[in-house]
Amino acid sequence: MLLADARALCPDLAAIPGDPAGDLALLEKLALWSQRWGPWSAMDPPDGLLVDITGVAHLFGGEEALLKDVAGAFAARGLMARAALAPTAGSAWALSHFGAHYGQPGAILDAGDDPLRLLCDLPVAALRLDADILTVLRRLGIKRLGALAGVTGAGEEDASREAAARDALRRRFRNHRSPTANPLLRLDQLLGRVPEPLLPVVARPMPMVQRRLADPLRHRALLDRVVADLASAMMRALEARGEGARRLELALWRVDGEVLMRRIELAAATREAGHITRLFAGRLDDVEAGFGIETVQLRASWSEPLALSQADLDAAAEHHGTALAACIDRLTVRLGPKAVTRLVARASHLPERAQAWQPPLDPAPPSQGALAFHARPLKLLERPEPIAVLYASPDGLPQRFRWRGSVREVVRAAGPERIAPEWWRERSTTRLRDYYRIEDATGARYWIYRLGIAGDGRGGVPDWFLQGLYA
Amino acid sequence: MFPKPSPARVLSRPLPETRWRPGLTAQPFHSEIFAPAGEASGAGLALALARDALAAAGKGQGEDGRHVLWVQDCKAIRQGGRPCLGGLPPDWRHRLIHVVAATPEDALFAIEEGVRCRDLACVIGEIAGNPRALSFTASRRLSLAAERHGVALWLVRLDAEPDLSSARMRWRVRAAPSPPPRWNAAAPGTATWHAELFRARAHAPGEWMLCDDKTALAIRRDPEEERAATPDPVRLARPTVGRSLAARVRA
Repeated sequence: MLLADARALCPDLAAIPGDPAGDLALLEKLALWSQRWGPWSAMDPPDGLLVDITGVAHLFGGEEALLKDVAGAFAARGLMARAALAPTAGSAWALSHFGAHYGQPGAILDAGDDPLRLLCDLPVAALRLDADILTVLRRLGIKRLGALAGVTGAGEEDASREAAARDALRRRFRNHRSPTANPLLRLDQLLGRVPEPLLPVVARPMPMVQRRLADPLRHRALLDRVVADLASAMMRALEARGEGARRLELALWRVDGEVLMRRIELAAATREAGHITRLFAGRLDDVEAGFGIETVQLRASWSEPLALSQADLDAAAEHHGTALAACIDRLTVRLGPKAVTRLVARASHLPERAQAWQPPLDPAPPSQGALAFHARPLKLLERPEPIAVLYASPDGLPQRFRWRGSVREVVRAAGPERIAPEWWRERSTTRLRDYYRIEDATGARYWIYRLGIAGDGRGGVPDWFLQGLYA
Repeated sequence: MFPKPSPARVLSRPLPETRWRPGLTAQPFHSEIFAPAGEASGAGLALALARDALAAAGKGQGEDGRHVLWVQDCKAIRQGGRPCLGGLPPDWRHRLIHVVAATPEDALFAIEEGVRCRDLACVIGEIAGNPRALSFTASRRLSLAAERHGVALWLVRLDAEPDLSSARMRWRVRAAPSPPPRWNAAAPGTATWHAELFRARAHAPGEWMLCDDKTALAIRRDPEEERAATPDPVRLARPTVGRSLAARVRA
């Protein structure tokens, strides 16, 4: 049903936009938080959590008490939760999702129970199967786990019927490798006959160091001292993890509650305290201390692995100057991240679109080799500048033109090189370009083009532009 | 700082050549090139000189993979444009780091940081006009940093007056008519410049016609002499009347 239809039926409807990414992030946080009940936990998107509580229940006073604790903790945070506890992840999932009629909210399956006898009344959807597999099973008339596994749950043991059901399942689904498409595999996982690997969620706290200051800081020299302390503490924290920082955030808490943030990004992973201090020193000039700064915090919100390496012996470093990454960091911090770039080729024929600027130490994207017979100018003007043609030769090439206020005589020319507009990107009325390499009487070499040709039906008399300068 | 050279080494060192020519090994670390802004001759000569110096210094040391820093201030970009990937020498295309500086002060800062960096092959700066920031003190600062860290700097000055500077070599360059290409005499030829060395420590001032054919910087020879020296397969291109071309080659 469309939202408009639903609103027509029920005008008081409260509509809230869905946020799948936010839900997933919340689930991830919940998975970390739920490690209070067990050593590790896994996410089961979109709405489930699995916690391994092997050998932990006695810490909470037994399994019932643990489930009660879970229900209370979720309820205190305003979240509705159905918890179940079972020897395997599959049976716990089945119980929590479909076990409402089986028992109380907190259903527990003991290790001694026979799961197949107790769960045979659950629907086959409790096996975590895909929707199309469920359709197949429904058409086959299999609705309950018991029917799938060939047991009735009434107590009479019939090993031959169970084996026949297994055999039929294996034959029907032998081409389905994925667990979510293979009911037999899911059944075995539920019964604990085959292992089910889960991907645990591991918390990686970002490296963070902070100083709470006894007296609020009001002077720059003291702040520099604190930042240098923090940088060396950060260096130790990163060194212990074998990492280097790519992005650093410095937060300054003022006495009046204001928080000032300074963020720097680094061209390559680093953990040199002196370098970090120097970069922040350039960014602290505009800090208003007000009544003073009481807490300074430095955290590395993006870090990359960086192996330990031999430090520079003796004074060689002083002679050698800075490393390339450090040099780029200094330039970026002062001139801005867009100012320091590197030229890479892009898939296009238009000269201004055929090159792009990207951060200098990023790997270059794969590109096609340039054609050797294309003579491109050394420099391209920011945008093509119009030239006024004073006299044109019969074939249309200018013999004399005016550019930037001075008249130039064309002595030699080569061309045209026709570059058609990119019809898949531009409007249909965009005109083509005919490029010429020319040399004027003084020897200056230019790259000019004519936008369109006369009579192409896309405008009047074509204009001439100067786009590039040859060396 | 640097170890003092032994007397033997001082005595055996050849005297500096008074006349400049391409391919000299002992190139100064700070040079200035004055060029008009309406043409790319300044940047072209700076690139050619830098490649010449790097090739002379790194002869026999394998391929040089170090990066090159190209600093431009906004006025220079507005007047002379940005570098174009297709027009750069092929082995420099993936090594160029370009810096846009809003003001000449920022450009000088970027040049100095580049000169202090040990991982750079050389630094090319482009500054338009005669900004107040680029005083004698600033240029002396650049010279000292370049000589101390051994990273060469070529500073292109667009439309600038040659005022006081501590650059070790100062060039004045303008584009010159290029030699006609062999197969299309109506087309522009290889890059050619009229370069005037008007101040240098080790060399006498002089003027040269320099050309760069994407492989090496060379002094342009007389056109007649060049035509005589070029191997001419004209025997193959002659109209083949009577005998086949293959027969002519065999003959």
